[in-house]
Amino acid sequence: MTAATANRAIAVPAVGVRIEQVNLSYGDNHVLKSIDLDIRPGEFFAFLGPSGCGKTTLLRLIAGFNHADSGRVLVGEKDISALPPWKRDIGMVFQSYALWPHMTVARNVAFGLEEKRVPRAEIGPRVAAALELVGLTGLDQRRPAQLSGGQQQRVALARTIAVEPKLLLLDEPLSNLDAKLRVQVRRELRELQQRLGLTTIFVTHDQEEANTVCDRIAVMNQGVIQQVGTPKDLYEQPANLFVANFLGTANIVEGRVIGDGASRAYEVAGGLKIPIAVDRKLAPGARMVFRPQDCTIIGAGESAGPDRTEAAGTVSYREFLGASVRYGVRAGAANIAVDCPFHAGDTLHEVGTAVTVAIATSSVRFLSD
Amino acid sequence: MGPGLRRDDVVGAPPMSLALPAPRARARLSATPGQIALALGIAVFLALFLVWPSATVIYVAFTEKGGGAFTLVNFVDFFRTDLFLRSFWNSFYVSAMAVVGASILALPLAYITSRFAFRGTVLIQTLGFLPLIMPPFVGAVAMQLFFGRNGSVNLLLDDWFGFKIPFMEGLNGVIFVQSIHYFPFILINLSAALRNIDASMEEAAQNLGSSGFRLFRRIVFPLAMPGYIAGASLVFVKVFDDLATPLLLNVKDMLAPQAYLRVTSIGIADPMGYVIAVVLIVASVAAMALSALATRGIDYSTVQRGGGGLSRRVLRPYESVLAYLTVTLILLLVLAPHAGLLLLSFSTIWSFSPLPDGYTMAHYARIFGESSLYIKNTLIYASLAGLIDVVLGTAIAYLVLRTRLVGRDVLDWAASAALAVPGIVLGIGYLRAFYGVKLWDGTPLASLWIVIVLALAIRRLPYALRACYAALQQISVSLEEAAENLGATKLRTVRRIVTPLMMGGMLAGFVTSFATAAVELSATLMLVQSNSDAPLAYGLYVLMQSAAGRGPGAALGVIAVLLVAVCTVLSHFVIERGRAMPQSGH
Repeated sequence: MTAATANRAIAVPAVGVRIEQVNLSYGDNHVLKSIDLDIRPGEFFAFLGPSGCGKTTLLRLIAGFNHADSGRVLVGEKDISALPPWKRDIGMVFQSYALWPHMTVARNVAFGLEEKRVPRAEIGPRVAAALELVGLTGLDQRRPAQLSGGQQQRVALARTIAVEPKLLLLDEPLSNLDAKLRVQVRRELRELQQRLGLTTIFVTHDQEEANTVCDRIAVMNQGVIQQVGTPKDLYEQPANLFVANFLGTANIVEGRVIGDGASRAYEVAGGLKIPIAVDRKLAPGARMVFRPQDCTIIGAGESAGPDRTEAAGTVSYREFLGASVRYGVRAGAANIAVDCPFHAGDTLHEVGTAVTVAIATSSVRFLSD
Repeated sequence: MGPGLRRDDVVGAPPMSLALPAPRARARLSATPGQIALALGIAVFLALFLVWPSATVIYVAFTEKGGGAFTLVNFVDFFRTDLFLRSFWNSFYVSAMAVVGASILALPLAYITSRFAFRGTVLIQTLGFLPLIMPPFVGAVAMQLFFGRNGSVNLLLDDWFGFKIPFMEGLNGVIFVQSIHYFPFILINLSAALRNIDASMEEAAQNLGSSGFRLFRRIVFPLAMPGYIAGASLVFVKVFDDLATPLLLNVKDMLAPQAYLRVTSIGIADPMGYVIAVVLIVASVAAMALSALATRGIDYSTVQRGGGGLSRRVLRPYESVLAYLTVTLILLLVLAPHAGLLLLSFSTIWSFSPLPDGYTMAHYARIFGESSLYIKNTLIYASLAGLIDVVLGTAIAYLVLRTRLVGRDVLDWAASAALAVPGIVLGIGYLRAFYGVKLWDGTPLASLWIVIVLALAIRRLPYALRACYAALQQISVSLEEAAENLGATKLRTVRRIVTPLMMGGMLAGFVTSFATAAVELSATLMLVQSNSDAPLAYGLYVLMQSAAGRGPGAALGVIAVLLVAVCTVLSHFVIERGRAMPQSGH
């Protein structure tokens, strides 16, 4: 029985989600601006952005707790915009877990099944199956307060998947866990999602969480979707300065375009100058963007080579990180972060010494806001 | 239409207007039909039993007798009559002095128990509540026996030193009795304010070089001020409105007794009673507005999560002696009414002697024979009133905190406004408003016992409402959203999640309403039409007025105190057990 019910959970056909032209304001505060999104069936999708960017608002809108001023939300081709939360069949795991303190674990998990009028005889086995799925068998008579944070999180998850929702929403599910547990739980989440094949939306402000768990990410800022793509796409080809800066560390250097045709170059006041390919278009106000690991410090007399751009400067700070050392190198108007791999026995550059930075020319991008 | 246009549409609109459908937005009601029906039901109830009677009183005060024309002549009469002016001044003087007296009793207790490691803190705070569960006029009788012209203290003073102190003469008696009765309001509020001051506030001051009295004056005192003002204004209003204590002490030239005497002796058509009622309302509102004004901007909630209040200093030996002496003296004084009542209830004759002449159980026998009806009535009235209050309080709290229903704040405001309507005013209003309403068999609505219940419920609603608010505020909205997410409708969410989690707060609200309604007299004194409908407090009042009734009256008083105390302790126990149930940390 247990296996059968667990299998049925897996058998729920995955649905896609389409969000069309959704706008939402609280008075003067325009929280969501013309949101368009297409989430594929079975996808593990993330809304990623800083706090206040509208990601939780969008998630709650899908669950039915917020209402759009305009636009619509389709789940599996069906417009659910007008449905109240209790008729949407969308499971949500709350940031605070929202476990009911007056009910045992089993009663918490059974709640949704009871509300959906599942026959009494079926409820017990399905509760057991859901608890087994999250590895909490045997804790069903505990109260939420008697569980650890990680266990509470699993109960919240079990309670949601027990009703076999069409769609799973996770609102910062890892934020209340300590750092070590967070890594473990996110792996388990990914594994469980793969096993169930359930379309899942994950809200987080932590790029590492989004990168490690999700298939695709929508990066949001100030109510606008900045870019949608796989973690690799977003990192390698950020669409604008915000995405470049939010995912990983980026050197963003302001300069100006000089010359034209084959001699066109981007010049930073006081030194750095990089040629721009003829076919490359630059938006006005574009800045030069490159990652700290795409540049290195070379010794005196050493040549950077043809595919690298050189800039002379002095070390302004040094951070020892173990596997690497991050240097700040002031070169004219730019303060460039440089990551150098560290091997045992290496000597470090002292703050204030003159060094030369070599930047991989092909890794440099020109982006605007 | 672009987003920019939509934004302009709501510029300058209050947040509440969000619930209104914006242009091009999906048409959506601000609440479900069930919620609207509930709100309307509450509105009708409050309009019928609070607004209409109060408005009637004000209307009559401002209209010509017999006619319907607007006039100020009644107020001119009021201010031209020496008796009324003297009454007004006396009421004001007694209330202000009672605040002073109550402060003298409450300040040392609050300070000692919250600032020092002091044995017996729990005892003090429990005993400090005791005066509240006894009608003040009952205490007045007992205080006469101890402190009256021929009471125990003065007899002893006369014997030993040859002089007497007029504790209970005229207004002194009212001030004395009211100070002792109402000081818990200051004690409770001030203690809570002191407890809520985070220890880090004090530590930061110490760290910057402040200590001792300077630290108290510059940090602790300003932070505790709002609590003190809240308690003091409550004492002022309560004393200003109290009817039975001055009457029983034979002080008639105060406002509330004057209103009662006008209505009962001259009749319900006499406008003077209504004018006095309006003056009472204005005084209540003014006192509350003043306290709100005084605390505005200085009400800092400084308690932080995990903050354990001010650190308690260990007393030095001589300080300890001083503290215990102070506390013992105050507690003796505060408990004097109870002790006197207990003695009186067992005494054969107690007159012109420090202690009763002999002891008997006859009064209790008589009370259980004759007056069990009073007890039964009180239990019924107070529990019904408590029940109504909890139901209304929960519903209003839910509508205000959990819906965007337009006008929900009006409900909250109206229910809380009951605080500003003195009991005697509500009583007069009920008489006037409901006497004309006849039932099918011709009996006026105002003569039914259920009217007493309604008056009690309205009077106690603000207290229950606060308890319900607090309870609902502690429930995270996400607990309800989780239920809706799993398929529970609003109504089922209320039943399965909200109600069980609010149970403790609802019970607390019920107890507050029940305990205070059980000893309330000012509204009921006007409304009791026959002895068989009378509650305990009324019976007490009647008995206490004759010398022969004082023994049985005292016995009844002791039973009343026990009854309320037992109920309070019982429910406290239930609440504590509910709280001991593990709660989620979030």
